[in-house]
Amino acid sequence: MRRLALAAALAVLAALPLWAGGTFYINIGSQILLYAVFALGINILVGYAGLVSLGHAGLLGIAAYTAARLLNGGHGHLVAVALALALTLAAAALFATLALRGSGSGIGFVMITLAIGQIVWGVAYRWISITNGDNGISIGARPSPLGLSLASPAHFYWATLVVFLAALGSVAILVASPFGASLRGTRDQPRRMAALGYHVWMIRFLAFLLSGLWSGVAGLLFLYYNQFVSPQAVALTASAEALLMVISGGSGTLLGPVVGAALVVVMKNVASAYIERWNFVLGAIFVAIVVFMPEGLVPGAARLWRRAILQWTPRPSVAASGERPAR
Amino acid sequence: MSLWLVLAVNSVTLGGLLFLLSAGFSLIFGLMRIPNLTHGSFFMLGGYFAASLIEWGLGFWPAALVSGLLVAALGGVVERLVLRRLAGAELAQVLVTLGLSFMIADVCLKVWTGDPVRIDTPRGLQGVTTVGSFAFPTYRLAISLVAVGFAAALWLLMDRTRLGAMIRAGVDDPDMARVAGIRVSRLFTIVFCLGAWLAGFAGVIGGPILSVYPGLDQEMLPLALVVVILGGSGSLLGSLVGSFVVGFLYNFGQAMFPELAYVVLFLPMLLVLVVRPQGLFGRTAV
Repeated sequence: MRRLALAAALAVLAALPLWAGGTFYINIGSQILLYAVFALGINILVGYAGLVSLGHAGLLGIAAYTAARLLNGGHGHLVAVALALALTLAAAALFATLALRGSGSGIGFVMITLAIGQIVWGVAYRWISITNGDNGISIGARPSPLGLSLASPAHFYWATLVVFLAALGSVAILVASPFGASLRGTRDQPRRMAALGYHVWMIRFLAFLLSGLWSGVAGLLFLYYNQFVSPQAVALTASAEALLMVISGGSGTLLGPVVGAALVVVMKNVASAYIERWNFVLGAIFVAIVVFMPEGLVPGAARLWRRAILQWTPRPSVAASGERPAR
Repeated sequence: MSLWLVLAVNSVTLGGLLFLLSAGFSLIFGLMRIPNLTHGSFFMLGGYFAASLIEWGLGFWPAALVSGLLVAALGGVVERLVLRRLAGAELAQVLVTLGLSFMIADVCLKVWTGDPVRIDTPRGLQGVTTVGSFAFPTYRLAISLVAVGFAAALWLLMDRTRLGAMIRAGVDDPDMARVAGIRVSRLFTIVFCLGAWLAGFAGVIGGPILSVYPGLDQEMLPLALVVVILGGSGSLLGSLVGSFVVGFLYNFGQAMFPELAYVVLFLPMLLVLVVRPQGLFGRTAV
């Protein structure tokens, strides 16, 4: 049953360029998938490690800017992608060392990642000889891996889909692995985990690296999708939007960030057609979700559903409040 | 030579503004354990309110006072109506303050448009004051004095009054403070309003130098963050020292390496985090 649903979902996703009817919708599909990769990466930290980062747009930006510079410097796509990811990983290692230094976890982490993210933004905005400042950097063309050109929206969508599935698969494997279990352990009971002999710092550090890696991959997709990168991609709003995707969908769930990415991208595209005040809507959704549905849409909807069923079937049952769904 | 002196004066001025901004941030963080991400918005709102009040005919200082109070009232509403409902859920509180800061920024953009709003220097403080053979802009000197005055007043409040003692107790150990009969939740409101008031007031008196424009909130917030990371949270002395360090680094960094001002700012933060993660004047992490 589950496998059938999975196969069906996959078929629908893969066939999207055929049924979506128009370049506009195919591009929205690509955007959703590329932001889903980003949100999946952030969710490793936010959801499974319990460390909220407001600086991940910085990592996305580092990957995008590095690749853009290298491509414009005449290097091939392979070199650009490899070096961009390597630099992003190095930056993630530095960020992690600093952010985990603060108070170990929790709120100090938010503040330090925010400060670091803003510094990356400051560099993108001010270091004009490298980043071209506010004007951003454009790149020539999308790559043609294995001889397939990604210039057309449909082809780019399929390539993004492949990367997205790799990200989703890697997170699914991570969650099911012993490492994933120990990561959730450091989220829920850091002291007990340390007492049991786990290296809490190292577990968090590795989670940050993995999360940084997928943010970097999302950065490359972002660059190739837009063929352009500017300081806006690195701004606090971008980090907050990505965090909203994770939290609105349901942090610490596998599909939550994907649902959240779809929600935010669609909202942004639909809302911006009718209202110009996207930031206000973004903030309002943030506040509303945190106040009314703090666990996110996927677990939240599941909870409301269970409650509705409980009301119709009058037999004693275990209250489901506050528990994370077993997965 | 005189360039360095000008830079030094500017640094002290920025340091003074940052102190007003970060003292409240630091107290809120120390007591309530939440980084209040609306703090930059409070700063910006203070400036916008004052600009409108002055336009309606109020003097500079009354406008500064009133807009500070308006921002404090807004802070009180935010604390009572939103943060209070999320008591204990620190992450949710952070996210709500972030969401609110976006909403405030967008409302400001709508009301005061995208153009920078200027606040004129108060009449008595225009021009320069000559000390020896150097001429200093009077208003910048005044800001430094105001900041020093506030630092002294805050120190007296925290160190010499009953309220200050209660706040310190709340920062050190909220549970024990509660057991000892202190209504910590009321302290939350008081400290949040006080912090908002300081930020709003700083926004007003910073207006004549910085002017008020969209994005000012997100420019000031990281500076306050760096100050608190440097100085240590919940410590007034830490805020004071951190503010002036950041003020000097920012101005001199901008003059000497204009493209890398943010990186220059970043280096001492990195050093402090590595050597003394609780900040220069912070207590050991709980």
